[in-house]
This record gives sequence, C-alpha cells and structure tokens, in this order.
Amino acid sequence: MSSQSTEQREGTRGAAGVLDPSSAKPQSNTLEEDRETLLAMFRQMLLIRRFEEKCAESYSLGKIGGFCHLYIGQEAVAVGAISALRPDDYVLTSYREHGQAIAKGITPDAVMAELYGKATGCSRGKGGSMHLFDADVNFLGGHAIVGGQIPLATGVAFASKYKETDQVALCFFGEAAVNQGAFHESLNMAQLWKLPCIYICENNKYGMGTSLERAMSLQNVSEKACAYELASEFVDGMDVLAMRQVTQRAVKRAREQSAPTLIEARTYRFMGHSMSDPGKYRTRAEIEKYQERDPIKLFTATLIENDILTDKGIEEFEAEIKEEIEHAVRFAEDSPEPEPEELYTNVYANPLTKD
Amino acid sequence: MAEMTMRDALNQALREELARDEAVFLMGEEVAEYQGAYKVTRGLLDEFGPKRIIDTPITELGFAGLGVGAAMAGLRPIVEFMTFNFSILATDQIINSAAKMLYMSGGQFKIPIVFRGPGGSAYQVSSQHSQALESWYAYFPGLKVVMPSTPADAKGLLKSAIRDDDPVIFIEQERMYGMKGEVPGNEDFIIPLGVAEVKREGTDATIVARSLMVPVALKAAEELEKDGVSCEVIDPRTIRPLDIDTIIDSVRKTNRVVVAEESHPFCGVGAEISAQIAERAFDYLDAPVTRVSGADVPMPYAKSLEQLALPDYEKLIQAVRKVSYLD
Amino acid sequence: MATQVVMPKLSPTMEEGQLSRWLKKEGDKVSMGEPLAEIDTDKATMEMQSLANGVLLKILVNEGESAPLGDPIAIVGAEGEDISNLIGPKKSAKEEAPTAKPEAEETEEREQEPKKAATAVAKPAPKEEAPRPVTTPSRDDGRQLISPIAARMAAEAGINLKSLQGSGPGGRIVKRDVEDAISSKVERIPTTPRLRAVPARSLEKGEVYAPSAYRDETVSEMRRTIAKRLVTSLGPVPHFFLTTEIDMERAADLRRAINELYPDAKVSINDVIIKVAAAALIQHPQVNASFQEKNIRYYEHADIGVAVATENGLITPVVRSADLKSLPEIGAEVRELAERARARKLKPEEYTGATFSISNLGMFGIDEFTAVINPPEGAILAIGAMAPKPVVRDGQIVVRQTMRVTMSCDHRVVDGATGAQFLQTFKQVMENPLYLFLAQ
Repeated sequence: MSSQSTEQREGTRGAAGVLDPSSAKPQSNTLEEDRETLLAMFRQMLLIRRFEEKCAESYSLGKIGGFCHLYIGQEAVAVGAISALRPDDYVLTSYREHGQAIAKGITPDAVMAELYGKATGCSRGKGGSMHLFDADVNFLGGHAIVGGQIPLATGVAFASKYKETDQVALCFFGEAAVNQGAFHESLNMAQLWKLPCIYICENNKYGMGTSLERAMSLQNVSEKACAYELASEFVDGMDVLAMRQVTQRAVKRAREQSAPTLIEARTYRFMGHSMSDPGKYRTRAEIEKYQERDPIKLFTATLIENDILTDKGIEEFEAEIKEEIEHAVRFAEDSPEPEPEELYTNVYANPLTKD
Repeated sequence: MAEMTMRDALNQALREELARDEAVFLMGEEVAEYQGAYKVTRGLLDEFGPKRIIDTPITELGFAGLGVGAAMAGLRPIVEFMTFNFSILATDQIINSAAKMLYMSGGQFKIPIVFRGPGGSAYQVSSQHSQALESWYAYFPGLKVVMPSTPADAKGLLKSAIRDDDPVIFIEQERMYGMKGEVPGNEDFIIPLGVAEVKREGTDATIVARSLMVPVALKAAEELEKDGVSCEVIDPRTIRPLDIDTIIDSVRKTNRVVVAEESHPFCGVGAEISAQIAERAFDYLDAPVTRVSGADVPMPYAKSLEQLALPDYEKLIQAVRKVSYLD
Repeated sequence: MATQVVMPKLSPTMEEGQLSRWLKKEGDKVSMGEPLAEIDTDKATMEMQSLANGVLLKILVNEGESAPLGDPIAIVGAEGEDISNLIGPKKSAKEEAPTAKPEAEETEEREQEPKKAATAVAKPAPKEEAPRPVTTPSRDDGRQLISPIAARMAAEAGINLKSLQGSGPGGRIVKRDVEDAISSKVERIPTTPRLRAVPARSLEKGEVYAPSAYRDETVSEMRRTIAKRLVTSLGPVPHFFLTTEIDMERAADLRRAINELYPDAKVSINDVIIKVAAAALIQHPQVNASFQEKNIRYYEHADIGVAVATENGLITPVVRSADLKSLPEIGAEVRELAERARARKLKPEEYTGATFSISNLGMFGIDEFTAVINPPEGAILAIGAMAPKPVVRDGQIVVRQTMRVTMSCDHRVVDGATGAQFLQTFKQVMENPLYLFLAQ
C-alpha cells in the first residue's frame, strides 16, 4: 500500500520536506470536460465568491450575527470536489461551509435567510452560519467543533455500506482538524472497515491565527494516510479541474472498492478566519502573493484561453449572479423571524412530556 | 413470564430488536467475538453476523461519532460503552452532535441511537471506573436518560429505547447484571420511557431511588415497616424526562421525601428532584427533602472505604427516621 | 382543574360590580350557563352565569361586597380539589371555616361546664375568626419554626400556634404536633377575649367627629321572618317575667354521672334543662298552652323549641314529646337538629309548632335575660350562665354552682301564680333531679 501513496505524491519537496503545491503535476492541461460542465463550475465559483462578499457586507451592517467564516479564495475546492458527486452522495463539512452548501445545492435564498436567522432559513433559523443543513440535497451540516464532522462522515459512509447502496460521503475539514484525535480514530476505522468515505483536508495554512508550522510535526497532511494504510492524494486546491479529477478518482475508489481516500488540497483564504479576525498573524504581502493564484482568476484564464468563455460571458454571469444574490438578500430581509414556540420544537423527535 | 438475570433480560431485548428491524446494529469494544465484557451481548454475533454486531477498536470518540453519523443516514445504532466512564471520551459526539442535531438542523436529522453500558460503582475498581454520570447527561436537552433497576424493567425499557427516535443514554449497573427477576416473555413487552413506577406503596414517607439504590430502598422500607413506618418507594426509571407527577402525588400523601442515589450529591439527580419538589409540593412538606447520596469523593480502592462511600440501607433508614422526626 | 370565576363585564361602561345575591352556595354543583349570582352594575342588577361545570368550592366576594372587573369572586372546580393556590393572600378575618364537618356544639348547646377546659371535640367552632399565629419567642431568634404542611393544617383547624410546642429540630412545629393538638385536650381558643384589633391609621381631625361610616346589608329572608313574628309578639302579647335562682350542683353531678356511664351519650346540661322543663310542663298543663283568640289550647305533650343561633339569625327546632324521651335521646336529637339548623336544612315542620321554648345564653356569660315569647306559645324560659356563688345553707355560707332563669309568660294564658308554680316545680326538680324518677 505504501508504494501506491509514494506514486501519488506529486511535486517536489520544499524546505523542511514540505510539498509545494504550485509544483504539483499540472492536472488540468487537457480540458476533458464538456462546455456546459465547465461553465457551470465557473458560474458556481463566481456565485460563491459574490455571495461571500455580500455576507461580509451584511455582517458589518449587523444583519448577520454570531460568527461568519468566509470561503473566499477556497472556492475551487468545494466546487471541484462536489462536481464529482451524484446528488444522492453526502457532504459534511465544518463551520466554513457556505461554499460547500451552495455547491451541493442549497439555494442562496435559503442560506442567506438562515444567516439572517429567519424561519425560512435552511435550518429554520435554529442553526445559523455554522449549522446549515438540507436533507433534500444530502447536505449534512455544518459542524462547529473542529473535527467533529469527521467521525460523523465516517458513520454516514458506514451506513451506505451497511445499506448496500453505493452512495459515498465527502468530508471537508481544515488542516488544523487533523491534529484532533477524532481524525485519527476515523481514518483508522474507515480503512479497517473499508468505508466509502472521502476525506478532503482544505489546507489553507492557518488554523485561526496559528500557522501550520507552529501546530503540526509532520506538515504534509496527505502523508499521514500511511499511518492507516489509506490511499491519499495531494492536489493544488486553487485548480478547480485538478480538484475535480482527484475527487473523481477517490469517488470511483469509494464506489467500486468501498475504500476511503485522504485528499490534501492546498488552498488559501483571502479573508480572515472569521469576520472578527484582525489577521495580525500574516502579512499583506503573503495574501497578495496568494491572490495571484486566485482560483477564479486561474480558471477564467484557462477558459478564455480555450475559447469557452468571453469577457461578455463573464459580464452576463456577473449580472445574473448579482440579481440572484440581491434576491437572496431581499428574501432574507422580508422573511419572518421564527415564532416564539419554535424555541421548544425539535428538541426531541419523540417528545414524551406534555410541555 | 420467566425468571432470568438482568444480563439475560438485556440480551433478550437486544436480540428481539435486532431481529425486528434490519436498521438496528450494535457496536462496541468486545461485543462480538468476546461475547461482551459483561456477557450482555453473548450469542449475538452468531445469530446476526459481523455486519450487524461489530467489534470496535478502543476509539470511543470515533465510534460514538460514527454511530451518530450512521443514525443521520437512517440506521439505528446501539453503541456500547464498556463502562460509562469511557463515554467521557465520547462526550463531544454525544453532546455536541447527537443531542443537538435535530434542533440545529431545524428538525431535519433525527438521531435514533442508544448509548448503553454499565455505570456507577462496581467492586473495588477505583475512582476512574466507578463514576455515576447520569446527571451529566440528563443535563442536556435532546438526550433521554434511562436507568433500569429490575430485569423486567431492563428488558422493557431497552426495547423502548431502541425504538425511540431520539438519542437515549441507557445506564445499566454492573452489580445488578446477576440480579434475578420475572420477565414477561412476549416480544411486544415494552415499558414506555418517561414513566416512573411505585415499587412499593406506603403512607408515611417517600423514598425516590434509582438503579442500584432500588433494592437498598426496598430493604430499608422492610426494616422501617417493623417500626411502623410505612415507606413508599418510587423508581423514576427514566431520569430525563422525569415523571415528577408520580413523585409529587406521593409527597402529597406522605409529606416527607428521601432521595437515595449512589452518585455524588452536588448537582446530582437528587438535587433536581429536590428543587422540583420544593417548587411543586412546598405546602405538603413536613420536613426538608433529604438526599442520601454517594460520598463527595473520588471512589477509593480499599473495600472498607468503598463501603463507606456508598449509601447502604442503614443510612437510608436513618434518613427516613430523621424526616419523620423519630429519635 | 379548578378555575377562578371573575367579575364579568355585564354592561359596556361597567368597571366594578357589587355582589347582590349568591344564587348558589359553597358546595353546590354548578353547570355551564347556570345562573351563579346577581350582580349590581352601574346600570342594573344582572344575572351572572357560570362558565364552568363543577362544584362551587369557594366564594371570595360575599353579598354586599364589590369587586372590580376581572377580579376573582369565586372558585369552581372538582369536589375536594385543592385550591389553596387560587385563593391568593389569606384574608384571615373573613376566612370561612373548612368544609370539614363542624362537629362542635354551637352556642345554645355548649356545655355549661364552669371554667373547665372544653373536652375533646372533632373540630373547633367554625364560625370563629381563625386565630392569628402570634409570634412566640422560640429558642433561636424569636421566629416560630413550622413546616409548611403543619402551618396549613393549623390554619385550617383554627389552632393557635402559641399553644403548640414544636417537636422538630429548633422547636419546629411539625405535622404530628398539629395532629396531636387537634385530637387532644389542649384548649384551642384562648380564654382571653379576642378583641378585633383597631387598625392603626392616622385619623384626620374631622374624621373623629364626623358620623360613622356604615354599610348596608340586605335583610335576609330569615331576618325578615323573625322581625315580622316578634313584632307580632311583643306588641300584642302581654308579657310578664318571673326570675329564680337555681342550685345546679346536683344537676351537674347527674349529667357527669350519666356521661361516665354512657360516654357516647354526651348529655349536656341543656338536655337536662329540656327534660326537667318538659316534666314541669306536664305537671302544670296550664303553662303548656297557647292563646288561640277564641280558645286556649292545652297540649298533651311538651314539644320544646330549643333556640339555636345561626349565621342568619335565630331558629328554634322542636324536640317533640320531650316528656317521653330519655336524656340521651334528647341530647342526640338536639345536636342533630342544631347541625341541620346551621346548615339551613331544617324542614318547616321541624321548627314550627312548639308548645314551649327554651333559650340559653349562658355560654356567653349572660347572668340573666328576658326572652320574647315565640307566638302562639304561652311562655319561654331564658337560661343564664352557671357560676359559683356564695349561698347560705344551714346557716353557713357555701359556694354553689348557681344559675338564674327568667320565664316570660303570656298573661292571656298564664297568670302570675300559675307561672310561679311552674317555675317552682322547675327549680325543685333541677335542684333534685331524682324527682324525675319518682313521677307518679
């Protein structure tokens, strides 16, 4: 098994043995996808970007309360990975979830209403930014304890295998979650019992204000798979097509062999950890450097180069998306707050007491 | 009806529910090939196979979370903790995932999971293996907490718990696994959750006791009867939600209550019962509600000290006499 | 689940209403839509209907009192339901007795035991004000400790906590102490007079000299009747009065002896009085008579009317043929009639048609008084208090239990001498009750 993981390790090692994503073997030179798929992926990335920008605005106006963790810069990971799934496959993720939620199919209306704490939100106003759920599109949350979703996703994959369907479970988490015991316990069980779970680590270099170097002894997350004899992939998370292809491989492995994969996607967030993060732990220069590899910028260039997209096309998309997002904000504004009785509903599926 | 041990009653309950519903499966440490650390799951692997009876690594947080995830995707897991002391490792998944999933998803994902295993004291197993955690779990809205005290209760309540669509913390007692009692044989025998039982009727004093303390309370009541004090013993059976009405009806009758528990007193279930009685039956009390709890110390190893740390029937008798203003 | 009945809005401008008349009383069944009371509004007297089914458990606003809109005026619920939480702050002065059977002998029948502590009765006099728990310095800081159930039981039973010793820790009074008090010989009502405390208020100078404030109460049916009848008595009936003083030692001894032999009999001194009066009436038939305008009616038996004080006024249930009945029989009958009299459950034939009446105000410490004859009877005997007095016997001054009685006679039927002879017989037999057994 270990030879397989050596094969899949791409790129050269930088200082201290850390893999360098920009030197990852380019995955996306040949555009094997059809035009509709490519444009859909582009549009979705742009939609997520604009949605998150609108969230930043709404949050500063006080319309969104609590915590708000933005996905700006990481769009390629969610869009690329989820594009490899069927609608009946499952997705679980952390609190930085607006991107995955929209990519999996929750409408911007329902997400914005949830952020606004309205009754029409996808979690009826009971979850908020960190707990988006939608059973209809098999989006299973939205979890706020770092790493909490990893055993859950493992269990979801277990259920698929048990029920003998070939549904797979996709689990997103950040690199800091990898230090949680729950990560290790889950990967151990997933490989031991051969569960169809795909673990995607969005390595954006920072766990809140703590950089990877300060938190992790072995900094190549994908290499940790060998501790569990688990298949792994290492991918440039700014490259949406690479993300898609790597995930497709993992999905195939899960569906056909019922085996798990650990995918490490190197990415970067351009905004702070959350809206309340002063961001003193990294330099402006670093952010700007990574912004040169903004995934939307990269994909736009690829699509224009290949005559899939034009500037006019981009303009049209921007206009549509603007409309869609403004609709979402209006919807959220106009929706009612949850009724006071909602405080006590859904504590139990079988309530046993009269009150 | 048949006489059997609590262990066998639990085994029967598991067997019947596994047979009844394909979605039910059981996992935990040593539950399959070892036949269960306390033999509660004896024979289940042979009958239902390794797909449904699963030995886990020692990975409580992981397998508790896996169970919750499986429940989200439509299965009905029974997760065994070898003892509830080890559940502490899994509390993030029990409390932050299982208890809250239905609520924070706005009603979309129910978690029909049972976490079961022995809790409370055993015989000289020292502080890390002797903890009674029911008040911890009873604290959280979204969880149900059940504690049987007889083989019949164990079977009926476990079946109900498995059929319940909410996460149930089912706390057994190692020292009671060998206890014998009559158990109804029919497969539809279930005891609803949330209903207390008057284990012994009486008129002069009420003793509220659960799990290990129920036989102790009954013995104390027998002794007190000889002195002309008639005790009513109430076993809540379900800690959350608590059937406080049955307890209040009794207090109205007797005007005095003693709560017996092996757990520590501070913030325990007895404290909650006291508060509710004070709120609802103040005008019926002839004496303050009195708790006879386990000592407020980590459980020591030495036999003599362990005995001192736990309530026995003599301590109960003293407490009942005190609230009755005898001696 | 018991519900409060509140003052309803019976007119558009109504802000408060006065309870004119209750159409139901406590303990009555009520059903939805049934009229409960008449309420005087600013416009008219309106009928108020019940909005619940059940039993009228408690009346909170009495006839003649007012309450603002929405205030609770009564409680309806299931029989026997605990409604202590619906009543609110206790108005101790007005608090009614509990629904527990008022077993205690009432005014006219109370024993004439001189200064002896009342022997055990099941429940105390229900119409008395519930005695306020007086703070007695207990061992600690001056507060009297009492458990919640004991406090409630004591209040309901009208027990003065001052008289209790708490057996709980710190002197806490507990249920057992109250239970013992209820069933023991502890005197429950203090012998000191309980004067209603004058509320402390600072009077405006003018207030003291202005005429007193007052309150009108509708005359009840009963009072109307009493008024009518007595006006027709004192007016047309020529009354004259005879008084005598009686040595009660032997009568008291007799009563005590009978009660020792037959404790269940519970014969009172008043029962002895009734028996002796009946015997005397048979001896003097001209007194057992009635002026009937054209005739004088002489009765064959002594049907003795025994005056009973009730909430609403005086009523006189009749012990028929008291001359033929034994003391225990008389005692039982009087008790039963009195209870029903207080509960307003007497039938008219039970309180009319006496041939002679007896009224006893001894338990109120009245030495003697003159009673008004109940027409058309020929006479009435007014009994005063028994008290030890110094008397002369065989040239010596001795102390004897003495009782003064006053007889009012209708001069159209009874002459002075006739009345005097009757009274003489009465006195002789009271002073020597053995005469009862020597009748020829």
